[in-house]
Amino acid sequence: MSAFAKDLEATIPALRRYARALTRDAEIADDLVQDTLVRALRSQHLFHGGDVRSWLYTILTNLNRNRLRSLARRPALSPLGDADAPQMAGPEAGGRDIERALAALVEDQRSALLLVVLEGLSYREVAEVQGVPIGTVMSRLARARADQILSRRRAPRAPSREMNEGRSQ
Amino acid sequence: MMDRESPVTEDELHAFVDGELPADRQAAVEAWLAAHPEDAARVSTWRAQSESIKARYAGIALEPVPARLELARLRRLERRWTRAAAAAVIAAFLIGGLLGWFGREMVEGGSVLGKTLTTDAIDAHKLYVVEVRHPVEVPGAEAAHLVQWLSKRLGYDLRAPDLAAIGLKLVGGRLLPGPSGAAGFLMYEGPSGERFTLYSARWDAPETALRYRDAGQIAAFYWVDSNRAYVMSGPADRDRLRMIAQSAYDQLETRGPGKGSS
Repeated sequence: MSAFAKDLEATIPALRRYARALTRDAEIADDLVQDTLVRALRSQHLFHGGDVRSWLYTILTNLNRNRLRSLARRPALSPLGDADAPQMAGPEAGGRDIERALAALVEDQRSALLLVVLEGLSYREVAEVQGVPIGTVMSRLARARADQILSRRRAPRAPSREMNEGRSQ
Repeated sequence: MMDRESPVTEDELHAFVDGELPADRQAAVEAWLAAHPEDAARVSTWRAQSESIKARYAGIALEPVPARLELARLRRLERRWTRAAAAAVIAAFLIGGLLGWFGREMVEGGSVLGKTLTTDAIDAHKLYVVEVRHPVEVPGAEAAHLVQWLSKRLGYDLRAPDLAAIGLKLVGGRLLPGPSGAAGFLMYEGPSGERFTLYSARWDAPETALRYRDAGQIAAFYWVDSNRAYVMSGPADRDRLRMIAQSAYDQLETRGPGKGSS
């Protein structure tokens, strides 16, 4: 139990990061993390070994899906605030682009992309979190990346760097 | 042995970017990318996307975890709820003497006031007592103006209790968002720099006596009087805090003599 608590505690910063990228709203993100932690504490007895981290990502992903569903039932209440914008220093402009690109994605694609790219989960772990086969994760990832390209059409190209990366050993 | 020119799938390109490609396909994919600039460009774009997502959000995980997400605190809340629920179940079966006792526990633990308002007050306390240069908006030297301003915004007469008799001087105060409109926030300081804060907001609830809430290092006594809630927060020394809260309570009580500085 104390190991459980320790794992839980150690995951909070990562959960906040994931939730923020998922919702792009500091307040909603921390609400989600809080709900996730409360739920985890409450159903601690249901957890029999395994990876606490994946389990927490699963709870948070599901809670956010529920949140969006209930939001969709309510008319015109779009939380588009960017509470932490003033903290952004250098990559401010890029950060905004990324937020817009993420906002444009379908929820399951956004979650798959963020779990892989930002949270460093393996495809197999993401499949577990999302409760789908790996093939589905792959196609969500591919769609997310393709859509992001569309939304970032105007980004400057750097052919020489691309070639270098392509060849890197 | 893998054919270096065997066609590379789209999935493999993603796996390459995400470090999920099996080692025995690494060379094949690299050779493919060298020969297919369009795929190399896609891979490079995906990498850039990944990098900008990380650049935008990685910092969030380095921020200190906000107080409301502290595990110890959530667990305490959880336990209190469980206890309150258990008490409610037992109380349903045990009528009589026991009922009163469990009932009291339930009301104190589960009361909305105990949870939300004191949480706001204690959070504000934690946030502002550590401020050295700007702990308050209006300094204690301008107490009359401060009290007048806060009262106007709160919509009721907020007095700043005089706690000099127990060694506390008024540092000043500020206006905060409250549960329904504004909240007033007064800060006091003791001889060795320890700070106590009094938080007050309109709160439509029945009158209560002093109640204690422990939040780790910080504790609070809170009460409701004439639809105004007060929360006195400070270092978790229960006896001292009770004495300070009691003194404020006596001075703020609406039917009392009102020795406040207004």
